[in-house]
Amino acid sequence: MTDLSNPVPSTPPRSQWLNVWDQFKTHKGALWGGIIFLLIITTVFLGPYFWSLEATHIDIRARNQGPSLSHPFGTDQLGRDTFARMMAGGRTSVSVGLAAMLLALFLGSFVGVVAGFFKRLDGPLMRLTDLFLALPLLPLLLVMMMLFRDPLNAAFGPERGIFILIVGAIGITSWMPTARIVRSDVLALKEREFVLAARSIGTTNTRMITRHILPNVLSPIMVSATLGIATAIITESALSFLGLGFPPDFPTWGRLLFDATDYLQQYPERVFWPGMAISLTVLSVNYLGDGLRDALDPRIRGR
Amino acid sequence: MLTFTIRRLVLAVPTLLFISLVIFLLLELAPGDPMAQVPLTVPPDVKEKMREALGLGEPMHIRFWKWLVQFFWIEPQVLVDHMFGTSFSQGDLRVISWQTRSPVMDIVIQRIPQTLWVVGTAYIVGILIALPIGIYSAYRQYSWFDQAGTFVSMVGFSVPPFFSGVLVIVIFSVNLGWFPSIYDTTHVVNDWDSFVVQLKQMIMPVMVLALQITAQISRFMRASMLDNLNQDYVRTARAKGLSEQTVVLVHVLRNSMIPVVTVIALAVPAVFGGAIITEQVFKVNGIGQLLIGAIQANDLPMVQTLAFIFAVLIVLFNLIADVLYGILDPRIRYE
Repeated sequence: MTDLSNPVPSTPPRSQWLNVWDQFKTHKGALWGGIIFLLIITTVFLGPYFWSLEATHIDIRARNQGPSLSHPFGTDQLGRDTFARMMAGGRTSVSVGLAAMLLALFLGSFVGVVAGFFKRLDGPLMRLTDLFLALPLLPLLLVMMMLFRDPLNAAFGPERGIFILIVGAIGITSWMPTARIVRSDVLALKEREFVLAARSIGTTNTRMITRHILPNVLSPIMVSATLGIATAIITESALSFLGLGFPPDFPTWGRLLFDATDYLQQYPERVFWPGMAISLTVLSVNYLGDGLRDALDPRIRGR
Repeated sequence: MLTFTIRRLVLAVPTLLFISLVIFLLLELAPGDPMAQVPLTVPPDVKEKMREALGLGEPMHIRFWKWLVQFFWIEPQVLVDHMFGTSFSQGDLRVISWQTRSPVMDIVIQRIPQTLWVVGTAYIVGILIALPIGIYSAYRQYSWFDQAGTFVSMVGFSVPPFFSGVLVIVIFSVNLGWFPSIYDTTHVVNDWDSFVVQLKQMIMPVMVLALQITAQISRFMRASMLDNLNQDYVRTARAKGLSEQTVVLVHVLRNSMIPVVTVIALAVPAVFGGAIITEQVFKVNGIGQLLIGAIQANDLPMVQTLAFIFAVLIVLFNLIADVLYGILDPRIRYE
């Protein structure tokens, strides 16, 4: 007999996500990474509403200034406010990172779930993944930029066209790790009893995937999402840095860094801000992913 | 072991064919005309002849076949001729660059030594730094050294080479003036002084590349050591009374090196890819810079060849990693 003197549990029931949050909090690096990443996102997206200077406003008399109260990061060779340009650039860089990550995540989870769940498709889809992994990605990305830039610019306008191109190119070249991880998890899940039970009451395949498989592979997907943002931001900056990304007057962090290298001798501090922004964002996202991996792993959690 | 190697080799052929097809189709289906630069005053029939001279007149599958023949049959012959003074390739058409009108492979051969020097040195330096760091951080897990190592490798992952490269230029060439910011490839090493100059100009690109390699490999080394340090055979070795040094550096290290060696082999192509950016930062005129230049000049044969060379590197080093793993760890050798 169980002890009936206290039939009502003294502690309220805890959801799984509360446990995850408790574990996440113990990882100091991840907590700080998350805070800094949120801070960067809010500054970049909400900052322009509070900062009166436009990123494209040219004030030629105030050019090449150092940091001051009105221009905390100084101004560039045309007198544009570097702080405003950093926020505008960050908006593009972070949006590209998020959008490319979502695309890669969707493709990767789709391929992974389908390959793991349907035995017939496993072989071909995994061979496809292997072939994609053998492609030289950076050269191919550069080639894609060169070839499809003009037609897409003509179709969607210079900024949106290149945005679609960069997001698409990064998305379809970075889904493979997610697909592999998701597939291996799905393969293991398929042998579990709850899937057998669901099967025995006549659950259809679609229902099985959306209701039983997907929620259970959520944690590897979330971890690769954070790491995906980091790689996407770095790739976008690399393309812009090589002069094959966004057009010159359209700021992104990579583009700002590229423009600043021309003034390396005179104003070396100018390369510092965009480079720091890229590195800090990627570092915080990497720490966030590290902590999420620990927090979402039930074997580590609660120890 | 031989059948294992042969099976991997045979599997590599369709992979390479698929990749060459992807690269070919990507360039083929892309909008954009290589004849767009020709002035409008040139009459259409002359334009048509120019198009044929560039090899653009024929259907797609024939051109793909011709490109394969040129790349896999004629270019190796040229290499053999070059080495042994024979004349197999006399009169054969080679892959011609649209930029310089000279054979693509000749230019690539000129550029490869610079890339190999920088990338190769960086790789060796990176590995030599990474292995001791990985071993010691695993041996003293969660010590301050381990924490610092984790932080440094996180930084190495997060700071892209186009920032770390520019940063070291600002610090060491602009402010301190110790090293030149531009890599001079015409520099010839023939005595001690010129060797010092060469060393000085190599330090910065090598350090930038080595930081990334170190970050990656020290993490792998640490994880692999940690897996092995808690194994039963380690306890047995200690129980036998072997010295701590022998236990860690002979018994554990040898077993931990198995996955690390394959990672080292697998990461080589990625380093070549990453060197594209580093070469651009330090103005090293290696194959990475050649690729960027060719892309900007719309030089399709050059781009095709270079992209394919990168693909060959990836497939080759995957193969090497597989075979190495088979040699080092007999357990995974499924015949």
